[in-house]
Amino acid sequence: VAALLLNRDAEHGDDSGKNDVYDVIISGGGMVGSAMACSLGMDPNLEGRKILLLEAGNKKVMDKVPENYSIRVSSISPGSATILSGIGAWEHITKMRCKPYKKMQVWDACSDALITFDKENLQDEMAYIVENDIIVAALTKQLDSLSDNVQVKYRSKVVKYAWPLPHQAADAIPWVKVTLASGETVQTKLLIGADGPNSMVRRELGIPTVKWNYDQSAVVAVLHLSEPTENNVAWQRFLPTGPIAMLPLSDTESSLVWSTSHRLAEELLELDEESFVDAINSAFVSLALTIKTAGSLFRGALSVIMPSAGSPRQLPPSVAGIGPKTRVMFPLGIGHASEYIRHRVALVGDAAHRVHPLAGQGANLGFGDVACLTQLVSQAAFDGKDLGAMQHLLQYETERQRHNLPMMAAIDLMKRLYSTNAAPAVLLRTFGLQATNMLPALKEQIVAFASK
Amino acid sequence: MYANKFGRFMLGLYSRKTATACGGLQSTAGRSGFSWTAVCKQRTLWLQRSACLNTRKNTVPCHVRARSASQTTVDPDEVRRFQSLASKWWDEQGEFAALHAMNDLRVPFIRDNLLNVHRVRHPGKPLRGLRILDVGCGGGLLTEPLGRLGANVLGIDPVGDSIGTAQLHSSIDPDLCERVCYRASTLEELAAEEDEAEEEQGAGQFDAVVASEVVEHLADLETFAFCCNQVLKLGGSLFITTINKTNVSYALGIVVAEQLLRIVPSGTHDWDKFISPVELERLLESNGFSVQSVQGMLYNPVSGAWSWTDSTAINYALHAVKVRDDPHTEQAGGSSPHPEDHHAAATHG
Repeated sequence: VAALLLNRDAEHGDDSGKNDVYDVIISGGGMVGSAMACSLGMDPNLEGRKILLLEAGNKKVMDKVPENYSIRVSSISPGSATILSGIGAWEHITKMRCKPYKKMQVWDACSDALITFDKENLQDEMAYIVENDIIVAALTKQLDSLSDNVQVKYRSKVVKYAWPLPHQAADAIPWVKVTLASGETVQTKLLIGADGPNSMVRRELGIPTVKWNYDQSAVVAVLHLSEPTENNVAWQRFLPTGPIAMLPLSDTESSLVWSTSHRLAEELLELDEESFVDAINSAFVSLALTIKTAGSLFRGALSVIMPSAGSPRQLPPSVAGIGPKTRVMFPLGIGHASEYIRHRVALVGDAAHRVHPLAGQGANLGFGDVACLTQLVSQAAFDGKDLGAMQHLLQYETERQRHNLPMMAAIDLMKRLYSTNAAPAVLLRTFGLQATNMLPALKEQIVAFASK
Repeated sequence: MYANKFGRFMLGLYSRKTATACGGLQSTAGRSGFSWTAVCKQRTLWLQRSACLNTRKNTVPCHVRARSASQTTVDPDEVRRFQSLASKWWDEQGEFAALHAMNDLRVPFIRDNLLNVHRVRHPGKPLRGLRILDVGCGGGLLTEPLGRLGANVLGIDPVGDSIGTAQLHSSIDPDLCERVCYRASTLEELAAEEDEAEEEQGAGQFDAVVASEVVEHLADLETFAFCCNQVLKLGGSLFITTINKTNVSYALGIVVAEQLLRIVPSGTHDWDKFISPVELERLLESNGFSVQSVQGMLYNPVSGAWSWTDSTAINYALHAVKVRDDPHTEQAGGSSPHPEDHHAAATHG
């Protein structure tokens, strides 16, 4: 009888609604979602708050770095590296595996136009190539150390969201209510949607999204180089069918990202290894297809105006083979949510914006979102505000849209410009590229913008 | 959302006007700030005081009677009107939008000045361990942020429905309901209770008293200052935001806001009741306070945001610290230490 009474008291005391109200719930434990959780968990103004990260997959632990490189990699800008270092994950990443590169060469297949980006004297790193798995594992490790503030639920798929009304009405739930596949429900004052390009949060909110699929897929693979080399250059060549990029992973290996039409992508996947390698090598070194003379004319004219500018052309290292079983393709598209926020909800990362990989910016935009939102939520907490209030969420939306939209427009423009071999477009981009190559000030601006 | 802010500034376009047109003395957003609950508060305060005098102990009514010099009329219509608006407090884009916006200034003002005085740092809950009294709290717009910052806050307001709204709003948040509580009461009643407790414990109970957009409606500021002194600990802080008595505040706060643009219904504010920072300072200092800082505030009706400004010509915020117990208390109490000892203690505290 005593035990029964105790149980009843416990139930009565356990106010089920109150215990499950979190300050922040982050839906989606990928790179950006985990970074958001770490960032909030480490913020001094949010100490003592209840933060929950919901991830549908399993916990990604990496006790030992696998010998083989994984095929999904990201180019991490110095700005993102700073953000990751601020949340304590960069240290883990550098201990595991990452490859800095110092120079980037981008050139056109239809003419000889070329542009190179490098920090002066090859001293500083331009950016880092890091495998996505390593980033997630580093963030997971950091989250383990924050278990006081941040709770993580793995294998927790969300089945339903219930949204609060902006004004308080009698009997209405004032918080966002999240229902998991296990039947458990949790509530939160602020929901952060980090659930990728097909975001359920965004869909359930009914936020109109501008999106379309490019008629392109990306083929990714790990390449073994013919001979070891000081592999610190990122290469990208614009073919009419789409850009092919080789990103350094180590002195002997590089990552391939070849964006091309769906049909060609499927063909590439079906080729045997030798033919595939040949296709890659020839894609990089084949002679300019269409307008050679125009290119050299422009170059001649520009070198009269600015004789000292311009850079020598280099050839990428040749490929000998590919990593075992590492050839995949995935479709490409662009997406932008017209609103990043609603009352008590914010979208970060691919849930808010999805870009073409040709500029290597996708992950960086996401980390930028994380830094911005953390700073605003932290300030709101220090001002005693309700974390889900619209005022600071609107600020987040404005600031990030102002940064992301120009970047996305530029990437989309580049993609369209380089998708054709019609003469006017080729001439335009040839001239543009070469002129930009000769203007160090302009190149610095571009690099600075992309490094944020 | 954005259209509202702009519309508010346009003559006759903002819908709230129709709601307040039938009312008389309701105030709303605008340069003059919001303070109708204080009107109600002061007026019902007098009504209740005259009814309750008989039930109080001897020492308190002596002080009260000595200071109750002004006349008042309690208007039940006003009370009813204010009660009808009690549910609108938490509509951030509604009547009280300017007060919601004022939190951007007054919460950091209170927080930072309290942090300066109390040196202990608690990350995440900067005001932990402090007891704060919010006089004229209305729907709890200022009470809740202070509670979120870790303080134990008591909000008082004579309008029972506002207190009801405030209690309902804060009860939902598990974080707040432990630290924030409300009472339908007047400052004097509270001071009377505190006085009884004081005789046992020997000290005022609150670390800080906040009276935001209240004093411009009080008929008797002496009593107000006296009661604040009573309920505060030695070295405790008093925070006031109110409107200055200048030509500019008449021009903008009365003529423009009330008569030209009709942002605030005609007659809401009585320019004679505005008080300048200098006068307020004099009043407080004669009641045992030392004024630490005065800052001007400016409302931009287009953006709907407040900002700090050098000029205290219209709205301003004031921070004062209690440096000695009120002389009247000392006389009645009898054996109280010399005022200079209090002052010395305050500078140490």
